[in-house]
Amino acid sequence: MTPATKLNLIIIGNGMVGHHLVEQLVEADALEQFSVTVFGEERQRAYDRVHLSDYFNGSDAETLALCDADYYVRHGVTLRSGEAVTAIDREAREVVTSSGRYGYDRLVLATGSYPFVPPIEGRERDGCLVYRTLDDLDAIRSAAEHASNGVVVGGGLLGLEAANALRGLNLDAAVVEFAPRLMPMQVDAEGGELLKEKIEALGVQVLTERATQRIEAGERSRLRMVFQDDKVLETDLIVFSAGIRPRDELARACDLAIGERGGVVIDDACQTSDPAILAIGEVALWNQSIFGLVAPGYQMAKAALATLLGGETRFTGADMSTKLKLLGVDVGAIGDAHGNQNPGARMFRYLDPLKQVYRKLVVSSDGKKLLGAMLVGDNGAYDTLLQYYANGIELPAEPASLILPNTSDAPLLGPGALPDTAMICSCHNVTKGGICSAIEGGASDLAAIKGTTKASTGCGGCATLLKSVVDFELEARGVEVDKSLCEHFAHTRQELYDIVRVEGIKTFSELIEKHGAKGAHALGCDICKPAVASILASCFNEPITDAAHIPLQDTNDTFMANMQKNGTYSVVPRIAGGEITPDKLVVLGQVAQKYALYTKITGGQRIDLFGARLEDLPAIWGELIAAGFETGHAYGKSLRTVKSCVGSTWCRYGVQDSVGMAIKLEHRYKGLRAPHKIKFGVSGCTRECAEAQSKDIGVIATENGWNLYVCGNGGMRPRHAELFATDLDDEALYRTIDRLLMFYIRTADRLQRTSVWRENLDGGLDYLKEVILDDSLGLGAELERQMQHVVDHYQCEWANAIDDPEKLKRFRSFVNDARPDPSIIMTSERGQPRPAVTSSH
Amino acid sequence: MTTTALELPANVATWQRLCAKADLVPFSGVAAWLEAPSGAAQVALFYLPGHTPELYAIAHADPFSNANVLAYGIVGSLKGVPVVASPLYKQHFRLEDGQCLEDENVKLRSWRVGFNGNEVWIAT
Ligand code: SRM
Ligand SMILES: Cc1cc2nc3c(=O)[nH]c(=O)nc-3n(C[C@H](O)[C@H](O)[C@H](O)COP(=O)(O)OP(=O)(O)OC[C@H]3O[C@@H](n4cnc5c(N)ncnc54)[C@H](O)[C@@H]3O)c2cc1C
Ligand code: SF4
Ligand code: FES
Repeated sequence: MTPATKLNLIIIGNGMVGHHLVEQLVEADALEQFSVTVFGEERQRAYDRVHLSDYFNGSDAETLALCDADYYVRHGVTLRSGEAVTAIDREAREVVTSSGRYGYDRLVLATGSYPFVPPIEGRERDGCLVYRTLDDLDAIRSAAEHASNGVVVGGGLLGLEAANALRGLNLDAAVVEFAPRLMPMQVDAEGGELLKEKIEALGVQVLTERATQRIEAGERSRLRMVFQDDKVLETDLIVFSAGIRPRDELARACDLAIGERGGVVIDDACQTSDPAILAIGEVALWNQSIFGLVAPGYQMAKAALATLLGGETRFTGADMSTKLKLLGVDVGAIGDAHGNQNPGARMFRYLDPLKQVYRKLVVSSDGKKLLGAMLVGDNGAYDTLLQYYANGIELPAEPASLILPNTSDAPLLGPGALPDTAMICSCHNVTKGGICSAIEGGASDLAAIKGTTKASTGCGGCATLLKSVVDFELEARGVEVDKSLCEHFAHTRQELYDIVRVEGIKTFSELIEKHGAKGAHALGCDICKPAVASILASCFNEPITDAAHIPLQDTNDTFMANMQKNGTYSVVPRIAGGEITPDKLVVLGQVAQKYALYTKITGGQRIDLFGARLEDLPAIWGELIAAGFETGHAYGKSLRTVKSCVGSTWCRYGVQDSVGMAIKLEHRYKGLRAPHKIKFGVSGCTRECAEAQSKDIGVIATENGWNLYVCGNGGMRPRHAELFATDLDDEALYRTIDRLLMFYIRTADRLQRTSVWRENLDGGLDYLKEVILDDSLGLGAELERQMQHVVDHYQCEWANAIDDPEKLKRFRSFVNDARPDPSIIMTSERGQPRPAVTSSH
Repeated sequence: MTTTALELPANVATWQRLCAKADLVPFSGVAAWLEAPSGAAQVALFYLPGHTPELYAIAHADPFSNANVLAYGIVGSLKGVPVVASPLYKQHFRLEDGQCLEDENVKLRSWRVGFNGNEVWIAT
């Protein structure tokens, strides 16, 4: 370290663009010249603001973060999160924060912007919020807890996104817009009208041409908005989304040049009026424009890097074309979408009021060039139109063919038609030519191309276009587009399944020898081994603990228990249908006491015993098996639980014995290995207390039999199961499920749950019905036979292992020493054991 | 005692017996307790019959969870190099030298090991 020779670079703002600059510095090895300090006012390190709304859909600060937790430390960059810069002393070349003064040689402003809140009387009241940061979203979430409705002020892009978020929080949502239409920047009157209709159809109230005069305490709700005509609207919370303003306050206070309407003035090199200070991102004003998108900010970061290191790259403006899905409604705007920046421009319009689709082209006066376009309701044409626009490609003789429906002669711009200069990923400035050079440089699949060019690793909007260009270019070079499972098998899971069945292959080593990688590669890996293990088990159902299969299994399968974070295991005996006798309950309690296990009722209606030591597993299972338990396969990609409600035996509404059916189904399909786990639910009537419609297989009793729902799940992306067949009798129910599950096992990808499989099936649910119910492929009998084979060959894996001393040898903490792993240490909480050391992960 | 059966060049003074060959599981891992003059350690031993070398020893402790579990990961090869995947958070570690493929700053302790007849020996 020779700190004296390094220049001090301070970056104010750890948002998307400031972070991008750090990444650029790291990649350019600039940290040898600069010692970099970043100040971020927010508590969290830089995160993906573009996907901020995902925070309400299951993402947390960690998944949204733009880098892993030790990225800054690892690269020697000092990050001071939660510490705002309060002043810049240009003379002393120092910035001031609450903790002191820090000297700089070069300073970068990346302070972004803040949400503009119009100066309405009462805007400081409780329940008046904005939508910009994670903390803002926390505030909205907690305000929503005691609210039943919410209003968004501002009907632009972010306003609609905020309205969607309110809806997601189960609030009645309304949007209030000052202009005569929604998204006035992107769409015209016709498009705006259509957009309004579509959004109202989704249950969001839209009020246009409304200027809020003041906000006062409400009578029925927390707040009341009073409009220009004294009309009022009561609401529990208000989210302001009326535009953004650059956070130029530090720059103003130290007299940097500021635009008339705000923004720190920069030149093409991103330099401000003080050459020691640069500005990038939403705070910067270039050529009288603020760019409220992330891609131009990234381009500025690249220009700033060049300025710092003495390179050539300059910022020369950016295209503001956008494609969005707002509340599920497509909106696209390209170039001069309104047609008011190009005198003499001609317009083509297409409006379908029934399908609710609107498309507009703005074309040069000679009809040859596309100057702009607007799409509402369907963005299908966006990629093609953007390419015409961005690359100045000559339009077809009938430009209207680009926006008319079903015209077979509409020239779709395939990837082949794009010039090398075509911009594919604007976040990372990757052109088609750049992709081609990456391929020529040896990148031979999508992942490698993403790795070298970074294409599609920003906003992600270019993913489909990138894939089609990559596939096209690879195929043009004679590279077969790779759908291989992994580097050891040039086959899809489905192809491997067929090979195994047709050739009767029974072990991994035989499969890899005949069809897989050779030599040093012939070991397989953690992708293909479990996938093949699952295929072998689905086909032949031999015990997974047989010597030939043991090295293939995921660790959880090897030990027939789920590994916990401290290296202990969980024990989950099957409790079919959730029904358990008092005697068995007693045994579970005794075993848990004896082996000091933590017990919990699971979300799958059974009892999980956590914290078992590896060497105790055989003894624990010995006792459980003696009491009549069998393995619950909680560790396997296989049938988990069949959840039931109490049904007609006890419930006054029940119309069938749902518990009895659940138990029969669980025993029929237990041990069935599949591409992913499978869960069932059986309810005794339409009140659906077993939540069967959130399961892979849902069965709901009717007066006449059973309704079957398929391909639902909870988890990360919940999906409702869809009605598949009605009023089935018991036999028809088994037959249909046999066929459906076997077809899934045959054709799904690895780790694809039934819902994702079904979404990816060409022809969708109708196709599935044809194959399963109408037997359109003539597979029915074969699928049933295969299922019967699995059912007939079921063995409890634990019972099988308990009787085999060879198999039990694996259950030792150390092969050469009888001691248990001394670093597993338990403490106690609420009267039960728990791991003492929390992991560092 | 003769060390000529050892496949690896033996630095005679520091080799010691660790366990029996029969304790190993082909194409998979087992954990062994190493009591060496320099201190005790948990060793993950991997046995790949037919490969060169056949035997590998790296730390059993997974650095990302601090749990002693690496011997129980799936063994495989990436670009021809034998690796084990952590059963907890799935990072890959090179069997030869313990290098983590996902994080260049993480490298596990590794030991030289070899067969001496029907016994596994380790250099400490
Ligand atoms: C124990 C239990 C939580 C509880 O305390 O209640 C649990 C625990 C685990 N779940 Fe779960 N899930 C449990 C019910 C559920 C449910 C509820 C249900 O089954 O009705 C769901 C949502 C329903 C669904 O699956 O559609 C659920 C959705 C998940 C998911 C997300 C799956 C998805 O498709 O999005 C995972 C991750 C995965 O499987 O890849 C998961 C994975 C896990 C794993 C296996 C994570 C892991 O790899 O270590 C946890 C193992 C704990 C252990 O060490 O034993 N668990 N998990 C529940 C065991 C049920 C049982 O008796 O077998
Ligand atoms: C909900 C939402 C959806 C969006 N969707 C899209 C989209 O689909 N596509 C798109 O291109 N763009 C989208 N954007 C815009 C995009 O997020 C911004 O263009 C981008 O974040 C700008 O980056 P930035 O670094 O300039 O500003 P920011 O990401 O706002 O970062 C600025 C950071 O500087 C910090 N800061 C400010 N002052 C100080 C100070 N004095 N001291 C220390 N730190 C300070 C701030 O706290 C902030 O963390 C969206 C924005 C939002 C809010
Ligand atoms: S689903 Fe029907 S039968 Fe089952 S408990 Fe609910 S009301 Fe009763
Ligand atoms: S355009 Fe944003 S990631 Fe490619």
